[in-house]
Amino acid sequence: MDSKRRDFLKIAGLTAIAGIAAPSAFNTLLKGEAIASAGQAAAGGHGAAAPTGKRYGMVIDVKKFTENPGLAEQCVSACHTIHNVPDFGNRKDEIKWIWIESYEHTFPTESQYKRPDALKDMPILTLCNHCDNPPCVRACPTKATYKKKDGIVGMDYHRCIGCRFCMAACPYGARSFNWRDPRGKDANGQPFIKAENPKYPTRMRGVVEKCNFCTERLAIGQIPACVEVAAQTKALVFGDMNDPNSEISQVLKTSFTIQRNPAIGTHPSLFYII
Amino acid sequence: MYGKGRIIPALILFLGLMTSPIWYKSGEASKMPKPEKPKDYTECVAPTQEMRTSHMVLLNQWRDDILREGGARTGKTPNGTEYVRSLQNGCMKCHSDKKKFCDACHNYTSVKPYCWDCHLQPKEAM
Repeated sequence: MDSKRRDFLKIAGLTAIAGIAAPSAFNTLLKGEAIASAGQAAAGGHGAAAPTGKRYGMVIDVKKFTENPGLAEQCVSACHTIHNVPDFGNRKDEIKWIWIESYEHTFPTESQYKRPDALKDMPILTLCNHCDNPPCVRACPTKATYKKKDGIVGMDYHRCIGCRFCMAACPYGARSFNWRDPRGKDANGQPFIKAENPKYPTRMRGVVEKCNFCTERLAIGQIPACVEVAAQTKALVFGDMNDPNSEISQVLKTSFTIQRNPAIGTHPSLFYII
Repeated sequence: MYGKGRIIPALILFLGLMTSPIWYKSGEASKMPKPEKPKDYTECVAPTQEMRTSHMVLLNQWRDDILREGGARTGKTPNGTEYVRSLQNGCMKCHSDKKKFCDACHNYTSVKPYCWDCHLQPKEAM
């Protein structure tokens, strides 16, 4: 009996030592990986962006939209027509790739105290921020949404299971869910997609959709649809932020711009001149 | 055997009914689908046999390459004809009639791909 108790105590002691030692051993092993991922995050960090590769971004000059009434609406309609975005006719089911928002709602983290009166009714165009550190991509359980090498946060609608985690994760409300069939018709028999663009697909019921920075247009050497509409006024400037000679780099260098809620560390690619 | 007079005819009737689908179609082999090939084009992006067996794999490869890797939007056939790597803008440019091309085989094999839930088929064929 005594010897058996000895054996038991030995085993118990060894187990306790192993239990204490294992976490620290694991930590040492995992440290390499932890450092590697921290390095990756730092590469797209504040201010200095990764110098290699493309990173598409956009500067939105808000004043230009006040100077040209109706321009913002034109941008929205150009985008939504090209991409077969349905109009369900109510705010609850609304699908938006690019939309008009008030200053107060676009920049809830900026001070709203003693702002110019003109700011109140200013139409502010907003769309997917194509964040450098996109929370939606981390939330997606099927990798239906992903970050591309050129900085665009893309979506593969084939893979989307409609769980809407990405919508919960997106701090900018840039994602919309198809509660209804986009190919359907309203009560008056009018199709939700007024005129289908035969070059671009529609979506189906039960998937999330969002702005793709006109990746399909960039591929054939065109600029995004909204930028094309606003080209004359230069209200929207689009380009590669990693190219120091691009127009957008020049604008960013010479103008003071703000981003939507930069403090949460998403590193948006959209910059606003207020 | 008890009830022979009823059981045997009933068994024969039952067997006849159960095998009726075979008798109904006996003698004639089910027609193989003949998808209509485009008249203006002679070659596809890959050999016919490969397209027949793995066009769906090719479409998935195109999709993943273009959407995720920023791959080329166009490709070239062995004879040098340029094509768009896209179902809606590429395949359907030549195979413009979905009903006569895609559906011919898909219906025969009872395959129901969901391509057209989102992709738009050419207008004239709708």
